Amino acid sequence: MEPEQPSPDTEQESLHEEPHLPPPTLWPIGFAIGIVVVLVGLVINPELISSIGGAIAIVFGLLWARDATAELRGHPIVVEPERRETREAGEGMTAPPADQQGVALPHVPETAVTRSRFLEGATLGLGGVIGGVITVPVAGFMVLPGFLSQKQHKVDLGPLEKFTQGQWYVATFVVDPTQGEVSRRTAFIRNNGPAADPKTKKSVPSFSIISNHCVHLGCPVQANGPTGSILGMPTVIEHTKNGRVKLDPVVPAGYGCPCHGGQYDVEGNRVAGPPVRALDRYAFEIDNGRLILLSIYSVSHVVGTGAQAKIYKYKDAGPGEHVDGPEQWLYPLNPPHH
Amino acid sequence: MAITRKPTKAQLRRQKMEELVMYPLDWLEERSGLVGGVRYFLFRNVPADINWMQTLGSAALTAFLVQAITGVILAMYYDPSAATDPATGKPVAWESIVNITDHLFMGWLVRGMHKWGASVFIILMFLHMGRVFLFGAYKYPRELNWIIGVLILVMGMMEGFTGYLLPWDQTAYWASVVGINLNGTAPFLGPWLAQFLRGGQEIGGETLTRFYSLHMLVIPGAIIALITLHLYLVIRLGVTSPPWSKDAAGREPVDEPSSARSGLTRPVPHAEPGGRQ
Repeated sequence: MEPEQPSPDTEQESLHEEPHLPPPTLWPIGFAIGIVVVLVGLVINPELISSIGGAIAIVFGLLWARDATAELRGHPIVVEPERRETREAGEGMTAPPADQQGVALPHVPETAVTRSRFLEGATLGLGGVIGGVITVPVAGFMVLPGFLSQKQHKVDLGPLEKFTQGQWYVATFVVDPTQGEVSRRTAFIRNNGPAADPKTKKSVPSFSIISNHCVHLGCPVQANGPTGSILGMPTVIEHTKNGRVKLDPVVPAGYGCPCHGGQYDVEGNRVAGPPVRALDRYAFEIDNGRLILLSIYSVSHVVGTGAQAKIYKYKDAGPGEHVDGPEQWLYPLNPPHH
Repeated sequence: MAITRKPTKAQLRRQKMEELVMYPLDWLEERSGLVGGVRYFLFRNVPADINWMQTLGSAALTAFLVQAITGVILAMYYDPSAATDPATGKPVAWESIVNITDHLFMGWLVRGMHKWGASVFIILMFLHMGRVFLFGAYKYPRELNWIIGVLILVMGMMEGFTGYLLPWDQTAYWASVVGINLNGTAPFLGPWLAQFLRGGQEIGGETLTRFYSLHMLVIPGAIIALITLHLYLVIRLGVTSPPWSKDAAGREPVDEPSSARSGLTRPVPHAEPGGRQ
């Protein structure tokens, strides 16, 4: 600690000799507390608490007034200055003459942690910690919700009887009713009729359900062929818990993408253009006689057709991503999908 | 002893007016030095044979300012909601765009300025870039400013990409589907980038609000910061002469040893007394 240096300035010195002014009084704070208690009391218990608050305010108010008028009443409050023993300026601090012994100032090695260096480090370090504490959760909030809490949606497409066996339909439906029309999707659906389950050998309904998202860059592929009105078949409109479901009969020779000319055959195999695999498909289940769409999976290619088709399934991949061949190693890790 | 003539009434009035104008400026200058700073920024020396092509950068800056101002005003009327308006069955975002274009006073003009100004901004940035390239103005010591300029160009293109979705019509929607999926085909991190941009697995309401925030807050903030740096370097390093100029301002002197590179700036010949003007 550096001793308090007495100022050699006599004018300064004389200032110290003058009686000090009293420190700021604390009575206004008490007065304010009293008022606060009055106000709180008005809400809680006007009779009791407000009276106590009033008393506090009056007492401290009087004390404050007494202090404030002390000078007027001729009773100034005088505070004597605090005095300390002082040394002569520089006493015991004189540096030895440079030619007599060592260095005048203690040598501080470069690596030493001086006070200023410590404060510099502490400021930077604390600033970094505060910045991190703020940034990390905020950045997480920006990035992570798009990856977490991605719900799986089940889409109710209505009773099986609406799907004539062997007939393709262009089905449009709302995937997430809470999102509304913006989540309306399209799939090409064909009821393949009953087929033997490869495991249980029991006869179960078979459906081909092809997503219309082009696997080049995600445009909506169209069925190449006549639809409902030309065929003279009625368009089926249903209202399920997934909103309005529309089933438009179609006779596709294949599917084509309007954006960059990708072409697929009727089972979704790529036949021309830039797509890198076959069209994605929806998994499905039959619940109480109704067709329920589950999540999407990707397909490299399909051999055969209808219920006998052999589908080469892969985990859902984005448009343009190869799922087989050496190019699949370019996409080793996909974000979690439902 | 010099004879002091009494100032005329007109002179006195003029003096008074000057004091009146200068008072706030002096007040500001004394407390901030800002008047001098602006003077330093605007009234600096440039090579004598400067070319009209060298105004393309300022033109691009003006285009950006037009985008910023019209964008701020459009944001007062635009509603980035993918929800369906129950009264009309149309998306709210698209309806607000229709409202701006067809119903609000001068809305068609401000939206048009923003829409066409976007292309003007990009085109001017490319022309400016071409000028800098052909004039060799990217060379030492201005390489860093070239790099910053490229970043501004990339940011400007990101503005175009995010702004294109906001009208929320079929063109906007499918262009963004294709654009995001294009990002998604980048190896390794592409699928993650695409999902970040979509804010989920599918384009929807989150994508629209996300693109809106990026378009009007994040990217413009970055562009403003980068433009500030860009201009700082322009002022610090000065303006280059055209390549046909005999004036050596801003060009590497051939006969100078490489040790002369130690400083960022070097004496400009025409700035010396008796030098070439």
